[in-house]
Amino acid sequence: MYKVKVYVTLRESVLDPQGTAVKNSLATHGYEGIQEVRIGKYMELTLDESVKDVDAAVKEMCERLLANPVIEDYRYEVEEVVAQ
Amino acid sequence: MKFAVIVFPGSNCDIDMYHAVKDELGEEAEYVWHDAESLEDYDAVLLPGGFSYGDYLRSGAIAQFSNVMKEVVKAAEAGKPVLGVCNGFQILLEAGLLPGAMRRNESLKFICKQVELKVENNETMFSAGYDQGEVITIPVAHGEGNYYCDEETLSRLKTNNQIVFTYEGENPNGSLENIAGIINEQGNVLGMMPHPERAVDELLGGADGLKLFKSIVKQWREANAVNA
Repeated sequence: MYKVKVYVTLRESVLDPQGTAVKNSLATHGYEGIQEVRIGKYMELTLDESVKDVDAAVKEMCERLLANPVIEDYRYEVEEVVAQ
Repeated sequence: MKFAVIVFPGSNCDIDMYHAVKDELGEEAEYVWHDAESLEDYDAVLLPGGFSYGDYLRSGAIAQFSNVMKEVVKAAEAGKPVLGVCNGFQILLEAGLLPGAMRRNESLKFICKQVELKVENNETMFSAGYDQGEVITIPVAHGEGNYYCDEETLSRLKTNNQIVFTYEGENPNGSLENIAGIINEQGNVLGMMPHPERAVDELLGGADGLKLFKSIVKQWREANAVNA
């Protein structure tokens, strides 16, 4: 079994209004030195052994559905786990 | 002329769309469920607003893979008029039938109010009933209507005259270049955030949206009279 952690964030070139609002709120709370806040999504996928090329499969899933390449970037980590 | 009103789980402007076509326009309309196998019987396709699949992941992200969308792509390729409003526009973007993507409104608020739109291009099958540069009033109701595309796409949209409607005066969502509605290069797929189907009767605050539907019918009648 594999546990895949997928992180999706807005691309650097795309303004993140949620991130800006959170950054301003943190500043209001007195936290200093915060240059930027970017808000994204975190997804956990559990795959079984029938998936042969995990890397290729996850990449395809990200590009077709999990992220929108027009405005979002993605990265992922694959971890092998023992089935319970 | 027969319109298909596509219904996804979570669509909520389908009844307004049906009403606009059937009662105000006086044309045929039918609801078509998201798992439909064919759209061959229809002359035009309407993708209504709402929150298809709960807007899970991204607006329109899951709807783009529903069964009927393969048929919508076929209808678009066949040159039939395809109109996506609000969530329908978001679905057209996710499906790649129109370029670009939607971001959250700049204000982070859901905005529901009348806005003024400028008709930037009246040489389309959807906007021919308006004057070039005419300012019309149509309501918006969305939380993610902040249109975005890269510079290359934007210059292509401009060169091909694909920007059909822009916000006049105040931009409610922060969209790039005040974009409110764009059309594909072939000129038969229009996506717009404002709701023309909610502006088809003076009694309900305005009828500026009706001309859009009338334009579709007029163009279709002319095209089919030639073929007949």
